[in-house]
Amino acid sequence: MTEALAANSLLYLDDVKVSFDGFKALKGLSLTIEPGEMRAIIGPNGAGKTTMMDCITGKTRPDEGEVSFEGGTIDLTKLDEATIAELGIGRKFQKPTVFESHTVEDNLYLALKSDRGPLATLFHRLSGAEAARIDELLATIKLTGRRGDLAKNLSHGQKQWLEIGMLLAQEPKLLLVDEPVAGMTDAETMETAALLREINASGKSVVVVEHDMAFVRELGVKVTVLHEGGVLSEGSIDHVANDPRVIEVYLGR
Amino acid sequence: MIRHFLENGLDARVRIALAVILAVAILVPAANLLVPEGSPFHVPTYLVTLFGKYATYAVLALALDLVWGYCGILSLGHGAFFALGGYAMGMYLMRQIGTRGVYGHPILPDFMVFLNWKELPWYWYGFDHFAFAMLMVVLVPGLVAFVFGWFAFRSRVTGVYLSIITQALTYALLLAFFRNDMGFGGNNGLTDFKDIVGFNVQARGTRAALFFLSCLLVAGGLLLSAAIVNSKLGKVLVAIRDAESRTRFIGYRVATYKAFVFTVSAMLAGLAGALYVPQVGIINPSEFSPANSIEAVIWVAVGGRGTLVGAVVGAVTVNWGKTWFTGVLPSFWLFALGGLFVLVTLFLPKGIVGTWSEWRAKRKTATPADASPAPAE
Ligand SMILES: Nc1ncnc2c1ncn2[C@@H]1O[C@H](COP(=O)(O)OP(=O)(O)OP(=O)(O)O)[C@@H](O)[C@H]1O
Ligand SMILES: [Mg+2]
Repeated sequence: MTEALAANSLLYLDDVKVSFDGFKALKGLSLTIEPGEMRAIIGPNGAGKTTMMDCITGKTRPDEGEVSFEGGTIDLTKLDEATIAELGIGRKFQKPTVFESHTVEDNLYLALKSDRGPLATLFHRLSGAEAARIDELLATIKLTGRRGDLAKNLSHGQKQWLEIGMLLAQEPKLLLVDEPVAGMTDAETMETAALLREINASGKSVVVVEHDMAFVRELGVKVTVLHEGGVLSEGSIDHVANDPRVIEVYLGR
Repeated sequence: MIRHFLENGLDARVRIALAVILAVAILVPAANLLVPEGSPFHVPTYLVTLFGKYATYAVLALALDLVWGYCGILSLGHGAFFALGGYAMGMYLMRQIGTRGVYGHPILPDFMVFLNWKELPWYWYGFDHFAFAMLMVVLVPGLVAFVFGWFAFRSRVTGVYLSIITQALTYALLLAFFRNDMGFGGNNGLTDFKDIVGFNVQARGTRAALFFLSCLLVAGGLLLSAAIVNSKLGKVLVAIRDAESRTRFIGYRVATYKAFVFTVSAMLAGLAGALYVPQVGIINPSEFSPANSIEAVIWVAVGGRGTLVGAVVGAVTVNWGKTWFTGVLPSFWLFALGGLFVLVTLFLPKGIVGTWSEWRAKRKTATPADASPAPAE
């Protein structure tokens, strides 16, 4: 049964448990993302959303459970961060992290899909195709005018976009995006939703963690609600918004 | 490929520095050998050797800046790699003494005869060949750095903990080289050198040549380091320095990059040590003392961390100051050095070169903005 579920999935989590010094951050989390799917994940603070991403990207080793990629063929719990990134899983952090003392352009250059070995990078020359790809990405994330500026001089929202651009530069199969619209204006939030939909339409799978309900509604995709380290509810936004258990968690406190 | 790589290192600042270094490399020996002694332009031999020593320190500082300034690895044990290169050169110089030692033994250095050793330990084999010794000058520090780095970086030891274990490394080597049974001359180290590739190490010409080579090493080391930091690999190093885990999630193997740059840096430091030893005429375990490595960190901080040229400037300035200071108030040098470090950290956090280039950049951007008419409201 579980094999069948895993086989058709891009990302498959089954009964994942993680604890930190006895505190159970994930208590048997199961989640399946299909190829080409976009999924929104919501949940109150401390629900375990970031911890889930840590388990997928090799930052945290689950104590128990299965985390696998590409139809259950690749066990992610055995691999390190760099290997997982090379397999095609890109991640945007909750707190935007870009390379502050590099220019916007160089941030994208470093993220571009290419040989990651030290000798390859030592003698690497920027190719025409790469330069064109950087131009294209700059246009997508609306930072063309700031390409030569240091990333530390960008606004919070622009850093978020740059990080999404870096994700795209890696050409991943799956994007994990943690709170992409935190600190953005309403207009920027809607633009980000449009950008993520566009990325998804181009064939990439996307998992978005977000608190902002308007944003999640704008995405218009299946929603998973996490609570205390497990799945509380799953379905369309209207379905979960009317689920009494979700209302209880979000409003009844 | 290599040519493009090196050309990449030739930015404006590096070009100017190279020109200055090469001019010094030629002018100082010329002023020593060609200008008659009475002339005010004559540079005495002791100064040639002193400047040659500064040049080797400048290379050590460069090596340190490469790992600390660009990759955030604060090594407090870089003196160890310098000393290892120095010992490899010292072993070659010992073997060149031949029968001219006090005991006149054709093969064994004096200290081994003194210890009643009957034959040369295996690890001294080959050091009578200059080429072999030169290979060891880079390979031994490189290998130690690689093995150390491999374990430390793979276990993700960073920050203060890494600095502490680099201190432990140099301290452990200090204790080891102090032991007579290690076969490196114990406490006294290696000294009483006679010739290097057939030339008398004391001769004026040899000293001038060693000075020239030391300057060439500064130039070569600067060019290599600049080429590395300007390459894509150099950008990865800075990325690691700024956001290590981000770099990992983008797919770079951080430990491999760190081990790579740490090893290259150690090799450069080893070469510096090898040129230091024939100029000062001795290598002993005190070169491993943790304080030496910390001094090197201060040179880099004073000159400007992460600027390469600053490392050279810092090493030469601080050591010049040290020479002057120890002449006037010898017992206060350490206080002066400590005070300098505090002052630089507080008032010149980017060091001499960093502050200078910041000031120039500000002036450059300020001028056109001031000249252009104010934008209409
Ligand atoms: N490395 C860690 N050590 C100890 N506790 C941790 C660690 N990482 C996470 N936790 C705890 O695990 C729980 C889940 O954290 P997590 O960051 O996954 O929540 P989240 O759903 O992302 O919350 P938020 O919306 O605030 O980002 C929290 O209570 C947190 O304090
Ligand atoms: Mg979180």
